[in-house]
Amino acid sequence: MFSKLSGVHVPHRKNTAAMPAVRMPVPKSVTIPMNMHIGAPSTPVVKNGDEVKVGQLIAEAGGFVGAPVHSSVSGKVTSVAPMIASNGAQVSAITIESDGLMTLCDTIVPPSITDYDSFIDAVRASGAVGLGGAGFPTAVKLDVKDVSRIKEVVINGAECEPYITSDTRTMIDDAELMFEGVQLLKSFLGVNKVVIGIEKNKPEAIKIMQNTFASEPVVEIKPLPSLYPQGGEKVLIYNCVGKIVPEGKLPLDVGVVVLNCTTLAFIAKYAKTGIPLTEKVITVDGSSVANPQNVIVPIGTSMQDVFDFCGGFKEEPKKVFYGGPMMGISVPDTSAPVLKNINAIVALNAADAVLPEPTPCIRCGRCVSACPLRLMPLDFAKALATDDMELLAKRKVNLCMECGCCSYVCPARRPLVENNKLAKAKLRKYQSETDGGNK
Amino acid sequence: MDKLILSVSPHLRGKTTTTLIMLDVIIALIPTVIASSLIFGIRAALLIAVCVAACVLSEFIFNLICKKPNSIGDLSAVVTGIILAFNLPVSLPIWQAVVGSVFAIVVVKMLFGGLGMNFANPALTARIFMFITFGAAMSQYGEPNPGSFFSLDLAATDLVASSTPLADNSAFGLMDLFLGNHGGCIGETCALTLLLGGIYLLVRRVISYHIPVAFLGGLFILSLFVAPSGANILTFALSQILSGGAMLGAIFMATDYVTSPCTKLGKLIFGLGCAVITFLIRNWASATEGVSFSILIMNILTPHINNFTATKPLGGIKAK
Repeated sequence: MFSKLSGVHVPHRKNTAAMPAVRMPVPKSVTIPMNMHIGAPSTPVVKNGDEVKVGQLIAEAGGFVGAPVHSSVSGKVTSVAPMIASNGAQVSAITIESDGLMTLCDTIVPPSITDYDSFIDAVRASGAVGLGGAGFPTAVKLDVKDVSRIKEVVINGAECEPYITSDTRTMIDDAELMFEGVQLLKSFLGVNKVVIGIEKNKPEAIKIMQNTFASEPVVEIKPLPSLYPQGGEKVLIYNCVGKIVPEGKLPLDVGVVVLNCTTLAFIAKYAKTGIPLTEKVITVDGSSVANPQNVIVPIGTSMQDVFDFCGGFKEEPKKVFYGGPMMGISVPDTSAPVLKNINAIVALNAADAVLPEPTPCIRCGRCVSACPLRLMPLDFAKALATDDMELLAKRKVNLCMECGCCSYVCPARRPLVENNKLAKAKLRKYQSETDGGNK
Repeated sequence: MDKLILSVSPHLRGKTTTTLIMLDVIIALIPTVIASSLIFGIRAALLIAVCVAACVLSEFIFNLICKKPNSIGDLSAVVTGIILAFNLPVSLPIWQAVVGSVFAIVVVKMLFGGLGMNFANPALTARIFMFITFGAAMSQYGEPNPGSFFSLDLAATDLVASSTPLADNSAFGLMDLFLGNHGGCIGETCALTLLLGGIYLLVRRVISYHIPVAFLGGLFILSLFVAPSGANILTFALSQILSGGAMLGAIFMATDYVTSPCTKLGKLIFGLGCAVITFLIRNWASATEGVSFSILIMNILTPHINNFTATKPLGGIKAK
């Protein structure tokens, strides 16, 4: 019954794994978009000309599923205006010109956390979102009301994407914070089982985690196979606690809460200092980058500033994206800002960026064998081409997490993930229309 | 800075391409190409060359006439040519080999939309077409004839109307069958080199074990039950999978991606289906060999097997 999930062996390229994060100089300005999380965009509470300090609230959560935003530099607000986000949507963004001083906001004090409610309030006020990439507001995830629903917390230290090592650095450099984070979960959420999943290609991180939590009986360190995508939520839950999250349900419905290891460390840090989420450790790498390394970046810093700090480009970049190469979001130019929920920026040279030419599908079935969720991407492609909505629904294209395994293995270089994205959107539209007709 | 390329993830692809897969299949076929020439003489090599050339050329010309992009670079026509030649007797007139090749590529593959769109295996369907069209020449199984290795002349080749081991099972030892030292189509007799090619494809993960094992294993087990009285049951069953087109079919033709199922369970069902149909034809039909028909029938069933064995999505709930 408990059979293994598939995946693909991607190259690791963890060139920066041994490099502790370096703080970059204060950027001249930052542009902070209001949609750095899943849910309602945040609502700006500052206006043009306002003086702001580091950690000062500049935007409130736009709804229950939302997160507040804080200034990452001290200086003056120069504009609150719409910008085009990486997903093509228009979103408002706050631009702050830095005074270079990084003066901390004087109202910042460590939060008073005494019980469940004050813990959730603190997490909400910290601006925390899922730092592994998804950006789901952490307070919403932890606000389970009835803490007995949480049977296990899974800490995601898989970091399965090539290049990225920022979580690796968290586990190595911030192990104590993670320990404190687990104590918070124990005290205020009544958590009594924690599994930390780490891919085996990070032996140092595994060892440090084992040492850190040696005295902590509720924590289990789970070395995971180096098989992408171990860090995919459903895959991680399956491999760490052996549970399957049913279609349309949340991990909490099977008693599981998943937190990224960096999110956990951040919550602990916030509980100690009260400094909200204003900076992020990101991995800067790729064939174009002169000096790949891990960098502590104020949120909203332009990618170009970060690349410049890393010695600029040794080769002209042809593709630049947020995150890793398997699921990363490519950006039109390097003025795009660093967001809360990104863990890497990668710049590829012309040879690596070249788009493969698709050839006919030879029905080899590699996409089927590779899919960790046991879907059949070749059928999605066929169904999309023929507008067969019933087949799309039957084959569950809606479950696709767009991990990229199918496209990666396809010998015909077909754009399968692109197909799946289109098919998901089309099926959603079709189903909402037909359901609307029935009601 | 020039414009950056924008695209949907992933921004990294594996190294395997269709052309590399076809190249691996060609490499896997080469030992048998050599064996066929050693066993049947240089004319076998000539037949292979003719079929490959005719297949590639007909695909090229078809694309030209239809104003389609040139597709011969994927090397699939080369694979079809070699496998088709393997299915021919050494004495077959060259022009008939050309007709068969054109049929395989143009009718079975290109008219259905080219690589990936054909529902039946081109080489195998062409073989069946040739059996019907050139029945006499196609059943002239040449005897192994190393004595006149360099003979390209039909008349000089010693064309005793020979019996294949399938027709007269007692005439051949297992070792003869394994090494291919007996009459038959040029590429089907040498089990040794076919197995070598199969192992190469398995190691390179071009094919999985499911179809060949289900096909040959199924045929072996079924044959245990029909051994003639007095014969050694195991020897008989072994000779059944070593003779005729079973090895060639199970390793190289039934595993054709386009025309076989893409799920593991589907592949097992496909292989077993081939075994059962081959077994039925060999034992109770008028034809002596059933490998081609069995694979063709299973080709036709492939879309249904795919539907029937569709993978169960992780956490998926049944649609209403």
